[in-house]
Amino acid sequence: MVNVSVSPHIRSRLTTSIVMVDVAIALLPALLMGVFVFGLRALLVIAVTVAACLLTEYVYRRLMKLPNTLSDGSALVTGLILAMNMPASVPLWVPVLGSVFAIGLVKQLFGGLGQNIMNPALAARCFLLISFPALVGGSIPAVGNLFDGNLWQGFLSRMTTATVDATSTATPLQLLKDGGTVDLLQAFLGLHSGCIGETSTLAILLGGVYMVWRGVISPRIPVVYVVSACLCIGCMRWLSVGAMPSANYLLGQACTGGLMAGAVFMATDYVTSPITPAGQWIYAILLGLLTALFRVFGSYAEGVSYAIVIGNTVVPLIEKVTLPRPFGKRGAAR
Amino acid sequence: MMFKKAMQRIGNGILKENPIFVLLLGMCATLAVTTSAINGLGMGLSTMAVLVASNGLISLLRKIIPAGVRMPAYIVIIATFVTIVQLVLQAYVPRLYTSLGIFIPLIVVNCIILGRAEAYASTHPVALALCDGVGMGLGFTLALAIIGLVREFFGSGSAFGIPVMPDWYEPVAILVMAPGAFFVLAILAALQNKWHAPSATNKKHDSDLACGGHCADCAGCTAAANHAQVAEQTAENVRKLAEEKKQAAARKKAAAEKPDEGGAPV
Repeated sequence: MVNVSVSPHIRSRLTTSIVMVDVAIALLPALLMGVFVFGLRALLVIAVTVAACLLTEYVYRRLMKLPNTLSDGSALVTGLILAMNMPASVPLWVPVLGSVFAIGLVKQLFGGLGQNIMNPALAARCFLLISFPALVGGSIPAVGNLFDGNLWQGFLSRMTTATVDATSTATPLQLLKDGGTVDLLQAFLGLHSGCIGETSTLAILLGGVYMVWRGVISPRIPVVYVVSACLCIGCMRWLSVGAMPSANYLLGQACTGGLMAGAVFMATDYVTSPITPAGQWIYAILLGLLTALFRVFGSYAEGVSYAIVIGNTVVPLIEKVTLPRPFGKRGAAR
Repeated sequence: MMFKKAMQRIGNGILKENPIFVLLLGMCATLAVTTSAINGLGMGLSTMAVLVASNGLISLLRKIIPAGVRMPAYIVIIATFVTIVQLVLQAYVPRLYTSLGIFIPLIVVNCIILGRAEAYASTHPVALALCDGVGMGLGFTLALAIIGLVREFFGSGSAFGIPVMPDWYEPVAILVMAPGAFFVLAILAALQNKWHAPSATNKKHDSDLACGGHCADCAGCTAAANHAQVAEQTAENVRKLAEEKKQAAARKKAAAEKPDEGGAPV
């Protein structure tokens, strides 16, 4: 059977919704770990954030008389990532406001999926962090040491009460900044305070491996970002303190806080990261440098979300510089 | 007639060509000082005082200042009034003076003042130039006060320094910081476009001229003759196009009828 037609002749079955569902699946381990560590309240925050994102997307498209885009799954992923960036103790209206900001202002006002200049969820996190530092950043309820006592009983009690322990502790990052040390095994497993989805390095890596296996992301940006962040943090800490930082400090910086979650799920956002390999190298190194600057010299202990949002805004410039030269064309790429 | 024109100038500044929401001039001061309604109002009134005085003096001197050095001359005049305003504020309202800070001396480089000097005061009589200054100044003050009020209301839960929100309200701190100024300004400008506030940019275009073809508004100014010419040319083009179309249609018709007359060609 000879079929005469114009190109394209081979079509990929890959669609936006398939990619988004893959990302959502990859986010599950980290979010489930968050629910395990922080209890029912975390589940409530996730559900409310996702619902608010979907609702905002629906209402905006309806009001503007545009086609409904709920089915492409991008609002779902934005909701999941925003929830991942919220502490479990947050009052529920905060993620709702963040969802409206993320979908309404950052994504839809710029023209919808593919047009936004920043990752909507991260922009919303920065907005909330600046507006309500005490509720979003600041101190986050501690879980206590999950290894002593009965692990299962503690989980059950967290799952039956939707309130969060009022006592709060400094995040591991704050401890490191103040010169303390962290338990690296707990940090890797995610049994410490922090935002819902950022605590467990293990769960995030699982999600990352799944996305790489499915071909959704290339490991280039996450790996380069984490390595360059650690190197820069080491160098800057050395400069500011005057002594080489310990291995505990460096590994603690890599495993706690939002670095892993940011590198795997947020820095790799298609819309707001460069296309070419060279551009991705530049972008990832820039993110590492900015993260280190914010973490070491900034007044907050964390700086991943600001680093990625700033990195997002220079992506068009990086793309311009790294535009490949078409085959057979001489001189500049343009 | 004079009174009507004066009123028109004032209305023009407040609504039709509001310096903030329509012309988008003087953004630096607008974005930086509107953290509260009081600050916005104070900045607006200071700028208005300078604007009225400089418009008046520049209009008085419009036949004396040589065209080649008019910019430096305007700047000197404006800077003089700004210094006066600055000293007055420092003497009588020191609190406003400290909260506005560097933005008082920066009134000198506010685009609205230089813009009105160049666009209006330098070509119009004193009374009208003064009214133009009042109108533009009121428009600026109003816009700044509104932006300041919105930012203060949501950003610190108060209005003109008086707490108005209930205790449970958590102020959105970002609104009293720099990014908030951009959000509020953009949303207010979008709303005034959405609701079709009577402004220069919201006019119903009943002509395809770039200026909207409101030739009556331009009567007496130098550009009016030019506009008339453009309008004439446009009408001429339309007429020509129609004629060409007619001719083409006629040719087509003739071509279609020909084979019938000439019989079958061999």
